[in-house]
Amino acid sequence: MKVTFLDFEQPVAELESKIEQLRYVQDDSALDISEEIGRLQKKSQTLTKEIYAKLTPWQISQVSRHPQRPYTMDYIQHLFTDFEELHGDRAYADDSAIVGGLARFNGQSVMVIGHQKGRDTKERQYRNFGMPRPEGYRKAMRLMRLAEKFGIPIMTFIDTPGAYPGVGAEERGQSEAIGKNLYVMAELRVPMICTIIGEGGSGGALAIAIGDALLMLQFATYSVISPEGCASILWKSASKAPDAAETLGITATRLKALGIVDKIVSEPPGGAHRDYPAMMQAMKKALQESLKQVQSLPMTELLQARFNRLMGYGKFKEVEL
Amino acid sequence: MSWFQKLLPPKINRRELGAESKKNVPEGLWHKCPACQAVLYHSDLEKNFSVCPKCNHHHRITARTRLDWLLDAEGRFEIGAEVQPLDTLKFKDSRKYSERLTVAQRETGESDAMVVMQGSVHALPLVVAVFEFTFMGGSMGSVVGERFVRGVQLATEQNMPFVCFSASGGARMQEGLLSLMQMAKTCGALTQLSQARLPFISVLTDPTMGGVSASFAFMGDVVIAEPGALIGFAGARVIQQTVRETLPEGFQRAEFLLEHGAIDMIVDRREMRKQLATLITLLTKQSAVAEIEAA
Repeated sequence: MKVTFLDFEQPVAELESKIEQLRYVQDDSALDISEEIGRLQKKSQTLTKEIYAKLTPWQISQVSRHPQRPYTMDYIQHLFTDFEELHGDRAYADDSAIVGGLARFNGQSVMVIGHQKGRDTKERQYRNFGMPRPEGYRKAMRLMRLAEKFGIPIMTFIDTPGAYPGVGAEERGQSEAIGKNLYVMAELRVPMICTIIGEGGSGGALAIAIGDALLMLQFATYSVISPEGCASILWKSASKAPDAAETLGITATRLKALGIVDKIVSEPPGGAHRDYPAMMQAMKKALQESLKQVQSLPMTELLQARFNRLMGYGKFKEVEL
Repeated sequence: MSWFQKLLPPKINRRELGAESKKNVPEGLWHKCPACQAVLYHSDLEKNFSVCPKCNHHHRITARTRLDWLLDAEGRFEIGAEVQPLDTLKFKDSRKYSERLTVAQRETGESDAMVVMQGSVHALPLVVAVFEFTFMGGSMGSVVGERFVRGVQLATEQNMPFVCFSASGGARMQEGLLSLMQMAKTCGALTQLSQARLPFISVLTDPTMGGVSASFAFMGDVVIAEPGALIGFAGARVIQQTVRETLPEGFQRAEFLLEHGAIDMIVDRREMRKQLATLITLLTKQSAVAEIEAA
């Protein structure tokens, strides 16, 4: 697969196309230029590392939306076996922007739930760009309750621009569907691990993201509003999105410092999409560790810890009146 | 009005006065109903709980006004006022968040967008949280979340119902993800009230949108709306940009939600005290309100 390069990766893109040309030359020439190719590849890697070491929050949000980034189904395919997808909310429809089902993780039964985006135009449309409707959240809740009934831990993967803002979604209670999930997840009697793998778009992301451990990929974002949305409201211009991204504090490092994210999962140089096997390995390790941790607690302690964690969100001061 | 202005034809007169008329009329004497354009005496409007006597339009009211009209005069005290906002992110758009807070505090006399009180309605003790919409659009940040939680905790400890009147544009952007987490925090607190089998009544007033609508607002054991209140997840502008079609008549209004099964009932503000008291007595299996008051 040919890598799609982002604007700020142009120097790398140029190097890579040069390497590609040299390879082509090498194929039908007697000259051995493999050393030159190796040298350029090394240079490309160093350059990538350099660029990725100092990404701005706005650039990170571009990476988090990269069209080749691994999606929920990719993680399911690589990290789980026996995946049995379960469909529908039993009330209205099956929402393809959220996938979920039973699977095995290292042989153990788990419930996997995640947002799903599409790769090509047709699939993107089918997945509604990863923007769930109320049915999606209700399906997720149904699967969470199912997992609870059988004492199966839950793993969620978060990657959405947000809940779908449509007429039908409003008519069928988008607000209620999200609110209900927040409420249910707070008292769900089963361990739950949530991972932000791409875009954590506001309430639409949060609706499947409350649990006992919150992991976040290095170049994922999690925000109360998209940088573009924030810029168009507060600056009255979407072009100020880079400023909004900066001040909103949407990156893994900022959110870890705020105590919201527990663990940052490192991505391969150039982002998750540049090296799927490495990304899968890092993810597997992180999930394994978290699962072990949350499973070590008795249920009452787990629930108390989750409750305390929820009640601890927020920064304010207390004054004497 | 000067003799010269009296001589002018009415049209010109109005145009000339347009910009200044607001300043010239003593503050609060007249009020024009935005729904039916009727010109009302402010005192008449207030006597009617800020509901237009001509068209029943429910005007937005401040949190303290609502509490004053709702609660019995005796035995009120405020909860969580000691919790006050911080600019954790050092958020800055065209203006600093800290400055916006100072301005909002000066203009509203409130320290943040929610007032919580313990008190009683028709002698039934309860805890009531009310959003102050004029404080940064009633947006929910860390302080709103914490005051809400303290209210719920007190209700749980004291074995009382909890009532919340929402009026909010959603989460407070200036607190970034911390404000999103208030959605989780408020819902989490309600699970404890629920485990104690205490009622949560959620009243949605104009407007209840975004992160407030999509968290605790619809989690009430009974969900009530005021007539005509705008209630929804996404704003009309965002939806219109997405779907590129005209929105249905009355979209996202209380009556629309009732029709779609999203809320239990619409209650006129003038009946709110009585309705809340009746619901609470029914849910908690107490005798009728009149009997309690007589006792």
